[in-house]
Amino acid sequence: MSLSLNHLKTLESEAIYVIREAAAQFQNPCILFSGGKDSIAVTYLAKKAFYPAAIPFPLIHIDTGHNFPETIAYRDQLVASLGVRLIVGSVQESIDKARVAEEKGFNASRIRLQTTTLLDTIEEFKFDCALGGARRDEEKARAKERFFSHRDEFGQWDPKNQRPELWNLFNGRKHVGEHFRVFPISNWTELDVWQYMAMEGIELPSLYFAHKRKVFERDGVLLAESEHIPMKPTEQPTEQLVRFRTIGDITSTGATVSAAATIDEIIQEVASTRVTERGGRADDKRSETSMEDRKKEGYF
Amino acid sequence: MYCLTTQYSLLNTNRMFDSNSYLNMELMRFTTAGSVDDGKSTLIGRLLYDSKSIFEDQLENIKATSERRGESYVNLALLTDGLRAEREQGITIDVAYRYFSTPKRKFIIADTPGHIQYTRNMVTGASTANLAIILVDARNGVVEQTRRHSLIASLLGIPHIAVCINKMDLVDYSQEQYDKIVRDYRDFAARLKVKDIHFLPISALHGDNVVTRSAKMPWYEGVTLLYLLETVHIAGDTNHIDARFPVQYVIRPYNDEFHDYRGYAGRLSGGVLRPGDKVTVLPSGFQSTIKAIELDGKQLEEAFAPMSVTILLNDDIDISRGDMIVRDNNKPQVEQDIEAMICWMGDQPLRPGGKYALKHTTRDARAVVKDIKYKLDISTLHRITENPEIAANDIGRITVRTTAPLMYDPYTRNRETGSFILIDEGTNVTVGAGIILD
Repeated sequence: MSLSLNHLKTLESEAIYVIREAAAQFQNPCILFSGGKDSIAVTYLAKKAFYPAAIPFPLIHIDTGHNFPETIAYRDQLVASLGVRLIVGSVQESIDKARVAEEKGFNASRIRLQTTTLLDTIEEFKFDCALGGARRDEEKARAKERFFSHRDEFGQWDPKNQRPELWNLFNGRKHVGEHFRVFPISNWTELDVWQYMAMEGIELPSLYFAHKRKVFERDGVLLAESEHIPMKPTEQPTEQLVRFRTIGDITSTGATVSAAATIDEIIQEVASTRVTERGGRADDKRSETSMEDRKKEGYF
Repeated sequence: MYCLTTQYSLLNTNRMFDSNSYLNMELMRFTTAGSVDDGKSTLIGRLLYDSKSIFEDQLENIKATSERRGESYVNLALLTDGLRAEREQGITIDVAYRYFSTPKRKFIIADTPGHIQYTRNMVTGASTANLAIILVDARNGVVEQTRRHSLIASLLGIPHIAVCINKMDLVDYSQEQYDKIVRDYRDFAARLKVKDIHFLPISALHGDNVVTRSAKMPWYEGVTLLYLLETVHIAGDTNHIDARFPVQYVIRPYNDEFHDYRGYAGRLSGGVLRPGDKVTVLPSGFQSTIKAIELDGKQLEEAFAPMSVTILLNDDIDISRGDMIVRDNNKPQVEQDIEAMICWMGDQPLRPGGKYALKHTTRDARAVVKDIKYKLDISTLHRITENPEIAANDIGRITVRTTAPLMYDPYTRNRETGSFILIDEGTNVTVGAGIILD
């Protein structure tokens, strides 16, 4: 008899522990669901954590309105199969209510605008905890993130003044109006997520697998042809065999040329790749600390 | 200057694993301790680079930043310094987590800064580590910092220590110098409780004995650092003797199919539990037997630490979060007066007679500080008993009394049931890390 767990089972156990801890310590948690593989993993782990009871919190989707149609189809199917509540926070509504102003120009993006919609949604539904699929290996500011990450009454993150996190003791105490972001898969890498998906046989949106699509290159990033992205006269879309390594807003999610059509092929590809996942994210290329700046304001 | 050319081929072969081999990989956590210029960043950079965990765009990014700042070499510290203030000031403020893997193991590095908030950060990084790398500069030998790092590693019960005597290239790869440092360290470490110490002569800059064996030190017959990290026995680091199941959450489905279902959700902090086991629930003392252990509807034949599972009992008894399920014949101590070493992290010093919120396993209580016995001089291990004041980054011995009994084991027996944190009730900030003594 061997009393040892492999690394994926160890990470799974840790994530389930964190999710259950969030359910126990907070009055009104929610899961931030983007339709990407990381938030799918968190949702799947939450289902495991509470079975046979339903996931005791709703899914929140902050919708920029610039979606891949595949993401929305997957989201609706998942929500139906899990029997959870879905709350959509709409960036378009925030723009219509003049809470935020649309960015102008070719590189206009609604990424930064999401923060206002997200914080408004958290306030409207009085969520005191939002679980997210952020991982520390994704980005250098995220490498400093806690499992239980405190947000002040303005939704801000103060990276220089974080609570120490010792052993497995998570301090979720807060004042009225403050909330927490909780990241159950903090310790997972991109490869871990894929290996876990393969091990568990989790179904994923088709965007992650190789498919033919019209794409064009801008600033070294391959973007999908879409009504939401105005093209410059010099930009010519061509049809290529591509897949997406991350899935977010269509205006800032870069495609990779790839023939990987199965999870096993993706694992092989990720294991040998030489560029980080977010290397294809236009939103992170804006400045060296753009993620940290967005996170301080209350971004995911 | 960091050489990025050597050993590149190694991981090209490493990464070509077959599709299912990762199912046998273990997870290992280690922390790195070192003072400012001992080459910690270079060593981490070396491990990440040689394990192919630094990506091209990351490397491009830090190359560009280094050039822009007029630095004459690629500054690998930029990889771990993620925050704007850290990059601007060239210091590391907070614990950063780094990941790499080889076909044998996945590694989590808790990279702790050398000077600012030093004890706080190292204690945080050390609290869950299987192994600590302690870097010693071969030119300077065992210094005060080495002693501080080693004391914290021993106090936090890190099972394995790798003392890396770095910059061997700067002492002409001298065996004599290496042997002297090993002797000095052993003399000092004899006073610490460390189970397993390894010594390695390395040069992180040139890669000697980090991933590949050094041709310059034929006198060294030991293993490389990566080999040690991949093979040191960690399955035994978890307590598999004393079954401890702190109840985290009670699962009640409220639907027709599972009408009477009552599952106790939690993660084992120690030991093994199986269906049919006779158990006691603490602190109430009610007894029952385990009806089933499951996760996601799948029945398990056994559960062991650190598995997250759901336990069902044969009797309907009142159990809630903060209770602990244990075997009838192996119980933890149940006390309200707790003797502990405290690592202080609060901006305000520990208040004698002060009241704090306390978290222990899944249990919340309040605690009053009854007594401060002494403060530890972290460099000399000397005990300061006269008016000891425990301020930020100090370590001392205290007695606390709690409002509710804690079900605990001594820290040396179980790191999870033997630890607690103190929280300032006004600011809600975590101010102390407690290590329960025998």
